[in-house]
Order: sequence, then structure tokens, then C-alpha cells
Amino acid sequence: MKRVYVNEDWCLACHLCEYYCAAANSGAPNMIKAFKTEGKKPLPRIKVEEGNEVNFAVQCRHCEAKPCVKGCISGALSVKDGVVSVDETRCVGCYTCVLSCPYGCIVIDEEGHRIQKCDLCVKNHNGEPACVQGCPNRAIVFEER
Amino acid sequence: MNYVIIGNSTAAVGTIAGIREIDSVGKITVISDEKYHTYSRPLISYWLEGKVSDKNIYYREPDFYEKNGVETILGKKATKIETEKKCVVLDDGLSVPYDKLMVATGSKPFVPPMKGLEKVNYHTFMTFDSVKAIRSEIKKGMKVLIIGAGLIGLKAAEALSVYETDITVIDLADRILPSILDVKAGIKMQSHIENHGVKFILKTSVEEFSEHSAKLQNGMTVDFDMLIVAVGVRPNTELVSDAGGKVERGIITDMTQKTSLDDIYSAGDCTVSYDSSADTNRILAILPNAYLQGETAGRNMAGRENYYLNAIPMNAIGLFGLHIISAGDYNGEEYVTETENTYKKLVFRDNKLKGYILMGDVERAGIYTGMIKEGIEIDDVNEELLKQKPQMMMFSKERREEKLGGIIR
Ligand SMILES: Cc1cc2nc3c(=O)[nH]c(=O)nc-3n(C[C@H](O)[C@H](O)[C@H](O)COP(=O)(O)OP(=O)(O)OC[C@H]3O[C@@H](n4cnc5c(N)ncnc54)[C@H](O)[C@@H]3O)c2cc1C
Repeated sequence: MKRVYVNEDWCLACHLCEYYCAAANSGAPNMIKAFKTEGKKPLPRIKVEEGNEVNFAVQCRHCEAKPCVKGCISGALSVKDGVVSVDETRCVGCYTCVLSCPYGCIVIDEEGHRIQKCDLCVKNHNGEPACVQGCPNRAIVFEER
Repeated sequence: MNYVIIGNSTAAVGTIAGIREIDSVGKITVISDEKYHTYSRPLISYWLEGKVSDKNIYYREPDFYEKNGVETILGKKATKIETEKKCVVLDDGLSVPYDKLMVATGSKPFVPPMKGLEKVNYHTFMTFDSVKAIRSEIKKGMKVLIIGAGLIGLKAAEALSVYETDITVIDLADRILPSILDVKAGIKMQSHIENHGVKFILKTSVEEFSEHSAKLQNGMTVDFDMLIVAVGVRPNTELVSDAGGKVERGIITDMTQKTSLDDIYSAGDCTVSYDSSADTNRILAILPNAYLQGETAGRNMAGRENYYLNAIPMNAIGLFGLHIISAGDYNGEEYVTETENTYKKLVFRDNKLKGYILMGDVERAGIYTGMIKEGIEIDDVNEELLKQKPQMMMFSKERREEKLGGIIR
């Protein structure tokens, strides 16, 4: 299965992946509309961690163990073709998945009282993950390993 | 292969998933005394609160049984397991034969003997039917008395507060959520809930009930229009113990989830788990545990040996908008930080993170849960970063590479 991988030696911590991710999942047609429109602030589902020596972005690994899906109390999280995604209409915001994910990749949507997570852009019309497309240094790739 | 599952909740669904990973053709029959399509037990309070619809209380899609080739016998109770004949006897006399049996009977509300309780038309808070009954009786302005300040009692209080009721919660313990939180977090959560109008009377119990009031041991009297008993739950173990299987506080299984009886497995709230954070056996009545045990059992029932390891207590609790995530064991050296709206406690022992409580700011808590489950040594991480917040940065580059699936160099 193709997944998103990050080369921490190349990550500049520019946070552009976060902006592209948030915009792609906001439902707005472009970046400007996504961030300038009144209402809900778009949330990135990828997170850049900055350190003294290295930086890197982390997002859902769509891992084998899938503790988030297996622990989900409502059945909102499910797997299709290896991709873990959330049905936002069924999420009650209990945060059991936040408790369960060892990568820290479940994003809390405080306003919406629910969670968001990376679904490899299969639900928006971006085609390829937006974080990969938007990375100026090609530190983020989408490939089979 | 002919699989039979008693119970139709989380552990049963996990079992079905485990079986179907390996065996796509064997017959699976699910028996439950509840008449519903599998639904999420924790969502009953959200349903009562009006946050979850009739459609969304279901734990799996409407075509779940069909897709997984499962036959259901709903609204019937299993009364006996006949191990010699390898069949389950139901309350209508029907007998259901099995090759492999799963006992996923979960737990029932514990109602301690209390003087005068027989005079009260009280409720418990465990099933879809129990909240439907509450829904049909509750009215704005009613006085509600809840016995028990554990998770279930407080979830009931949260749901009933939307009906503008006058709620009092009593508990024998000196603090709320005593089995999940430490003293400090308990006090903070209590005052948060009190700010939403719920009253607590702690360190006391009911001396005697009359139809609409409770006389407490501490001399107070509380009047009520509705009484909810949420003192705790007890595992449903009788089917296995009556059949001669090993039962202590719950059903005893090995690491494959097999009971002491041939071809009979068990998973979920009815079983005893091994808590690897505290190195002790205890009942872990939480949903993720029920699913994972069921899944492990299902695989073994279908012939693929695998073990359920690294179970720990863990809870994500939201009450009146305040969230707490906690996991593991709280015995050890503590590291605590606090602000007005947040509380963090990390517990270290044997050079490992053993437990934690995060209140208010719960972001990325699972990184801590993973550390406890995997038993990662403190020496192998950057301790300062660990204490700061849950982050992948605290791990070594090598471990991060392993975890994140290979970082290109
Ligand atoms: C209000 C509430 C809130 C909760 N919130 C959370 C939460 O936020 N997070 C969390 O992790 N956990 C939570 N829990 C706990 C969680 O619901 C349980 O851990 C989980 O449901 C256990 O699943 P199970 O399959 O083992 O058993 P159960 O869900 O108890 O299901 C057992 C089923 O078996 C049936 N059964 C029993 N005996 C028989 C018999 N003899 N014949 C036929 N059928 C039988 C029962 O009727 C029941 O349908 C909550 C529980 C409650 C009540």
C-alpha cells in the first residue's frame, strides 16, 4: 500500500504541508478561500515537529495495528482498502482514538467536538495527498515501501 | 466450522472480525438477550442527551451481519452450556450446537442491597432499553438522584442535565471517578461538574429509601423524582462457572482467550485481564479491551494461534466539555504540572513510564500510551521532551525510523 513518508533530513519546518492539508480538507476551492473565509478555521491533519537538529512532519501511518479503529466506541472510524478514515457524522468526540494512537496522529477538532485525521486525501478531490504535492523540498513522498 | 457467539456487543464484533480474517466460510451464529442490531453501549448517554440519533447509536452498519455471513438469534437468553453435547441451551428450550464457542456476555449493573429500595421504581444505566425507559419518564425540572460517581453515573448526570433537571450524585468514596483519577484530577473534575449545576454528596451512602426520598448515613435527606443506581458493574460469568469453567472475579482465560473449558473462549467485560502496567490481574471493563480480546479469540477459534498482550487500563473521558485521558498505573515517582485549566501527571517506575493523567490538554496522548504498552525505557528517550508533551521528537532517530515506517536518508 502507498503511504506518506517523510525525510527528516530534508524537512525545513516550513509548515507548508500543514497549510496544504488544511486547505485540501476544508472544502474550499483554493488556499485563499480556505483561510480567508469566515467561519471554521481549517485544521491540518499533518503535524510538523520542530527540533534543534531535525524537523519532520507526522501524519496517520494507516498502520497495521489500527488501535484507533479497534478502540472506536461509536464505529465512526473504519478501514477501506487499508485507508483509515472517520465518518464525521458518527464521531462523538470521546477521544478514545487520541488515547490509542501511538503516533499522536488524531487531530482534535475542538470547535466541532469531534476528531479529524489523515485519509490520504481519498475523500477530497485532490488525487494525491496534498501535503506531498505542496512540499517545496520533496521531503514528503507518497510511495509503496 | 460452526462458531457460536453469546453476546452481541463489542467483544462479539471483535470476535467476528478475528474469525473472518482467517475463515470466510465457517458458520457464525450470534445469540443475544438484547433484541437490537449491535449498538454502542457507551453511546447510550449521548443518545439520551440527543447528540446521537437512533440510526447512529448502532456500532456497525445495518448490513454488518449480512456482509460477514452472521446469523443472529436476538431477544433470547443463553441459559446453559452443555459441554458434553457441545451446545448452548436457550431460554425457549432451543439448543444451538457449536464447534467453537465464544462467551462475550459482558457485565450487568451491580445493585447492592439497600434498605427500602424495593419501594422505588429505580433505573440502571447500561442498555439501550434502560435509557429508553429513562427518556420516557424524564421531565424538565425533575429531581434526579444518582447513586455512584463513577464514569457511568457521571455520564448519566451529563445526559440528564440537558433536560434541566436538578441532579444530585452521591458516592461512598471521598472523590469522584475514584478508580480512574487521582485525588487532584478528581477534585478538579468535580468542581468543573459542579459549575454545571450538579450537586455531589460524598463519603456517604443511603441508609433507607422511601418511594421518593433517600435518608443518608450522614443524616441528610434527599428527595427525588427519579433514582438511578450506577454503583458499578459485575461480570456475567455464570454460564462458564456452571459448566465447570474457571472463574474468579471474572472468567479466567489464557493468552489466546481460551477458558479452562475445551473449545470455549471468552472476551470483554466478563473476563479477567492481565494489566501489564501494574503487573496484576484485573477486570478491564473498557471497550478497546473487549474488541482486541474478541479479535484475538476469533483468530484462535479459526485456527491461527495468537496472543493478547499488553493490556492496560486506559480511559478517555469527556464530561461537560472537559476532557481527561489517562492510562496505566499510578504507583511510582510522579512528575506533575498544573495550570488553571490543565493538569498533567506522569508516573515513572523501573526506568519506564507506567501511567499518566492528562486533563484539559489531551493532544497526542496516545504517544504516552504507546510508551507504556511497549515498555520503552526512559534512557532510550529524551526525558525533557517526554515531560514537556507527547511528541515523536523524544524518540531516537532510529526508533522514529522504525515507528514511522522508514525515513529516507
Ligand atoms: C454508560 C456507559 C458508558 C461507557 N463509556 C465507555 C467509554 O467511554 N469508553 C470505554 O472504553 N468503555 C465505556 N464503557 C464500557 C463499555 O461499554 C464496555 O467495556 C463494553 O461494552 C464491553 O463489551 P462486551 O462485548 O464485553 O460486553 P457488553 O457490552 O456488556 O455486551 C454483552 C452482551 O451480551 C449479552 N448477554 C449477556 N448474557 C447473555 C446470555 N446469557 N444470553 C444472551 N445474551 C447475553 C448482553 O445482553 C449484552 O448485549 C461504558 C459503559 C457504559 C454502560
